[in-house]
Amino acid sequence: MQMIDTNEAGQIARIVAGEKELFHELIRPYQRMVYLTLFAIVKNETEAEDGAQETVISAYRHLASFRGDAKFSTWLTTIAINEGRKRLRKAKGAAENSIEEEEESHEGDYTPAPLTDWREIPLEALERKELREALRVAVAELPDIYRQVFVLRDLEEQNIEETAQALGINPGAVKVRLHRARMMLQKRLVPFLKTTAPARRGFFGRAL
Amino acid sequence: MKLDCKHVWEHISEYIDKTVDAELRKEIDLHLEHCEICSAILDSTRNILILTADDRTFELPVGYSKRLHERLKDEIEKTKQEPPVSGQK
Repeated sequence: MQMIDTNEAGQIARIVAGEKELFHELIRPYQRMVYLTLFAIVKNETEAEDGAQETVISAYRHLASFRGDAKFSTWLTTIAINEGRKRLRKAKGAAENSIEEEEESHEGDYTPAPLTDWREIPLEALERKELREALRVAVAELPDIYRQVFVLRDLEEQNIEETAQALGINPGAVKVRLHRARMMLQKRLVPFLKTTAPARRGFFGRAL
Repeated sequence: MKLDCKHVWEHISEYIDKTVDAELRKEIDLHLEHCEICSAILDSTRNILILTADDRTFELPVGYSKRLHERLKDEIEKTKQEPPVSGQK
């Protein structure tokens, strides 16, 4: 595990010592991550924003209890996840207990969709708005346990250890869920890409 | 040992993350050299990840940052009367 960077550690120490306004700067690099984490759990913009605000306020209030044995970003993500789960429970009613206890099933098809003409799709295809929209929808529709891992790893670019720590699962589970999430997305997006892809230039076309 | 496609698919995610061991990586590389289908799957998955990490794909609500920092400012004002942030001396 890495230590937090010294600049950040210094900033935190100063805030705890009384330079409270510095918290604005401390949080800025992470505010996007906080929102996305919330959104991955509550799947609603307004709820995610409210939850993100609560997370940041809570982090501010409890900053002195941050010990620096984890990264600040991981600590913050944990607060965000707890906030998200709290909101989800409230929304689903207090009796609902099963939201987190979903396990990976051993059934299901997590193989990718074969395609042979992807390489013929120009890179500019990635610039298309419809593709972004399709990806947003596909991510939102992933089963919760897969979406949460995918968002932390591939959207927020946290590593496997950090993701495991933040979600309270083991690194092996992170890898399995991540693989399945990626394959589900690949499968979902392939038909979309195929229908909008330009005609193939022929098998040896790109070698010329 | 010669890898079949299904075996390669099982390791695509780890291959992308560079967490497969060197031996397996070499075998996958060999397979990819001659398998168009697996290469396309790998490329498409990679491209999806590039698109995912692009800030324009998952955007924040307009005004999010402004509202967040205003709320934070109020909170800081509130705690200014108090001694250092709670929890520790």
